[in-house]
Amino acid sequence: MNATEYEPVIGLEIHVQLKTRTKMFCGCELSFGEEPNVHTCPVCLGLPGTLPVLNARAVHFGLMIGLALGCEIAGRSQFHRKNYFYPDLPKGYQISQYDVPLCTGGHLGDVRIHRVHLEEDAAKLVHASASGRIHGAERSAVDFNRGGTPLVEIVTEPDVHSAEEARDWLGLLRSTLRVLGVSDVNMDEGSLRCDANVSVRPAGSSGLGTKTELKNMNSFRFLAQGINAEVERQVGLLRAGEQVVQETLHFDPRSGLLTALRSKEEAHDYRYFPEPDLVPLVATPEMVEAARAALPELPAARAQRFERELGLPADRAHELAFRTELADYFEQALAADGSDLDPIALANWIPPLIERIGSDTDPAQSLVSPASLAGLVKLVSARQVSTTAARDVLTRLVAEGGDPAAIVEQEGLGAISDADGGLAEIVAAALAADPDAADKVRAGNMKAIGPLVGYVMRETKGRADGGEVTRLIREQLGLG
Amino acid sequence: MSDEIVELTASQAAAAVHAGELDPGELFETYRARAAADTLNAYLWVSDRTPAGPPAGEPAATSSPLGGVPLAVKDLFCTEGVPSQAGSRILEGYRPPYSATVVRRLAQAGAPLLGKTNQDEFAMGSSNENSGFGPVRNPWDETRVPGGSSGGSAAAVAAGLAPWAIGTDTGGSVRQPAALCGIVGLKPTYGACSRFGMIAFASSLDQAGPLTRDVTDAALLLRHMVGRDPRDSTSLEFPEPIELPTREDLRGIRLGVPDELVGEGGGVQDGVRRSFEQTLELARGLGATVEPCRLPHAPHALSAYYLIAPAEASANLARFDGVRYGLRVDSGADLVSMYSRTRAAGFGPEVKRRIMLGTYALSSGYYDAYYGTALRVRTKIAEDFRTAFQSFDFVVTPTSPWTAFELGAKLEDPLAMYLNDFCTVPMPLAGIPAISIPSGLSEGLPVGFQLAGPAFSENRLLAAAYALERAIGFDSSPARRRDPGGSTP
Ligand SMILES: [Zn+2]
Repeated sequence: MNATEYEPVIGLEIHVQLKTRTKMFCGCELSFGEEPNVHTCPVCLGLPGTLPVLNARAVHFGLMIGLALGCEIAGRSQFHRKNYFYPDLPKGYQISQYDVPLCTGGHLGDVRIHRVHLEEDAAKLVHASASGRIHGAERSAVDFNRGGTPLVEIVTEPDVHSAEEARDWLGLLRSTLRVLGVSDVNMDEGSLRCDANVSVRPAGSSGLGTKTELKNMNSFRFLAQGINAEVERQVGLLRAGEQVVQETLHFDPRSGLLTALRSKEEAHDYRYFPEPDLVPLVATPEMVEAARAALPELPAARAQRFERELGLPADRAHELAFRTELADYFEQALAADGSDLDPIALANWIPPLIERIGSDTDPAQSLVSPASLAGLVKLVSARQVSTTAARDVLTRLVAEGGDPAAIVEQEGLGAISDADGGLAEIVAAALAADPDAADKVRAGNMKAIGPLVGYVMRETKGRADGGEVTRLIREQLGLG
Repeated sequence: MSDEIVELTASQAAAAVHAGELDPGELFETYRARAAADTLNAYLWVSDRTPAGPPAGEPAATSSPLGGVPLAVKDLFCTEGVPSQAGSRILEGYRPPYSATVVRRLAQAGAPLLGKTNQDEFAMGSSNENSGFGPVRNPWDETRVPGGSSGGSAAAVAAGLAPWAIGTDTGGSVRQPAALCGIVGLKPTYGACSRFGMIAFASSLDQAGPLTRDVTDAALLLRHMVGRDPRDSTSLEFPEPIELPTREDLRGIRLGVPDELVGEGGGVQDGVRRSFEQTLELARGLGATVEPCRLPHAPHALSAYYLIAPAEASANLARFDGVRYGLRVDSGADLVSMYSRTRAAGFGPEVKRRIMLGTYALSSGYYDAYYGTALRVRTKIAEDFRTAFQSFDFVVTPTSPWTAFELGAKLEDPLAMYLNDFCTVPMPLAGIPAISIPSGLSEGLPVGFQLAGPAFSENRLLAAAYALERAIGFDSSPARRRDPGGSTP
């Protein structure tokens, strides 16, 4: 009998730092790596007697996110106090939304959204200890610059079923938030943070297993790595007849391992109650309309447009649209040419570009301008340069920038065509050099054409167009 | 001259300054000297210099409507660079970098800071015996309490150590000490005065209020306290200017007497009840009608209050953790032990009691039964008042069921102490304004008469209180009572 197959069930909790000018409840400007404790005031330091005042811009951003995710907007939502003692929490409570969040329901792609709510970020702790954690630290310091930064928390339904799906979906969410312009959504810098609730169940069943909460997976790679490790651990436990214990696990990027947080840290009763210092948040129809009007085209809609209007295959359309910087670059290149550049041909040149500049780099930051990529693609389409040679030109462009036509000219990479006379002679030489292959092709075995084309390419240093070479071989062998 | 100055009410002193008959520097110095010689423990800090006068050129009445009449401020109001300790050892010596909005507004209007007054720690108490800096004594009888929690402010005004003062009222903390010290105390509508800079006890209840020798002074001070503050989201623009009261009768005014508060259940002392009945007679004489009214849920107000206020306090006081300011007791062991040692050493027993009560009331599994029920009772009480105000202009009660009691008399019995607030707690739960005025003496000790009105009815409340005050003719000076041959006006 086969061992039971297990299916992961994953829900994500995402914290997004909003890119407002000032903090959630005070007038301090947000911080970008300044000296510690310079963006502080009596309010965000939690000095006695101070009161929070809600940042209207953060509410606007929260509404934009809710609308972009297709959520229902609460006409009246409420802030609560979440009580616990920790040095990064100057008031001894975090102001957050609890039972009446700003937005509920909705979906992004195939994943349903449970809720979206507003809250404030904690300050940053720096521990002088080997582990970087508070236990056993000789000294700990608090930097309140980050304290009070506006956060939106997005909680999904448990609709994700693999680590890869989680990673891809988070990528889609990141692009969506990026086009909204509401956050830097940078996982390294913590402006995008993702926790995962992971459980497994026998494949095909509909129940939910005991879940664990995974924290601190601060990159897309770690997210996938952490979920995979946890799924494997849970399946291992169940196969061994053991039980999964509900707990919070901390991902250690250095070891790639998950360790349980000490239960003392977790034994929280947050004693939520309505924040008496703030009146309920009323989202007026005007506020909702203003947020709706501020929505740009979202990645999912953009992918559809690429498919429908530009004829891109679905995969390529998603690949571009779900990374806003790629889609922006693509559309700029398309517009730069001005003439009838084939969008599909252009789109096919984005992956080779990404391969050369590194998958995490925004092509707009590279030396290859959208116009020069468009120029290169146009040279290829006009058969003025072969695909193989164009790849070399692209490598040059990535390294040094410049104009593709000029590089082709300088390096003598222009396509050798029949018209020049030269190509037909090289083909004839190839047939003469490998009569065996020539015979096989003539007899109808087209697989044998490879060595002949290879010969021509070697001789021309890749400047010949593959299609043209094939045509000439067939012609000279009398295959018409 | 100094005695004559002290005889003036704050409004009279301001008028004298405006008329050029009184030098504001001399006025300040007179009170500064008296405050510095305080023997009641009413002050925790007294200013050591006379503030600069108002800018020259403008008429004093416009540039300084409060005429430079110095102000005593309850310790829990933050005052920039000046100790603001909320009566607690955990904040001993704490000097905030900013001033409370109300203090700032009053200073701008010409009421400079004279000193900081003693109070029950974090405003938790009805006798001032819970101060981390020792109890305040009642100027009418120094063996007795001044009431609380704004006991220092009340005692300072009653003893002539300040022309006027501000305090805060959460469950009666302005009105009850005003009653026990024979002065006027007003708790405004919730939201009328900014709470920014008031070290919070119970955020949904706390309001700043004036403690003054008479109703006119209360109106004048309140005029410059109210108004929306962008730094307090719960503050509101007062819908009309605060008027100085002039009304001399109560014709057409309907007073409701709630049996639930004034009847046998309230435990009102005989002398207090007599004074209350006499005041009702005077009100009838001025043209008012007096009828029983119903506040069916009012007897539950105290229970609801002692869940809601401690629950909010348990969160409000979490920031006193030794990390950033105030007391820190660091054993060097770990974070949790620093927290618990700091808080064990810094908070007094009543504060600890209420933090534990509030923490318990909010705990998972108990929230609905305690905090949730208390919120529902609170809603019912507000509805009771709304119904009552359909038939009555004001609800009236004795402010406190008792006159000032002896120091230590109720310390061992917190529940008996809490009963002090029986008549004053329902109003803050409903967010409505109420004023206490002295109605006479019982066995030589002042008795307070309380009027409560609908939200933002302060002008009408002050007008009615003024008419009654004239009819009662109470002399608010304990010194003169004790020594009738002394300094007469
Ligand atoms: Zn701040």
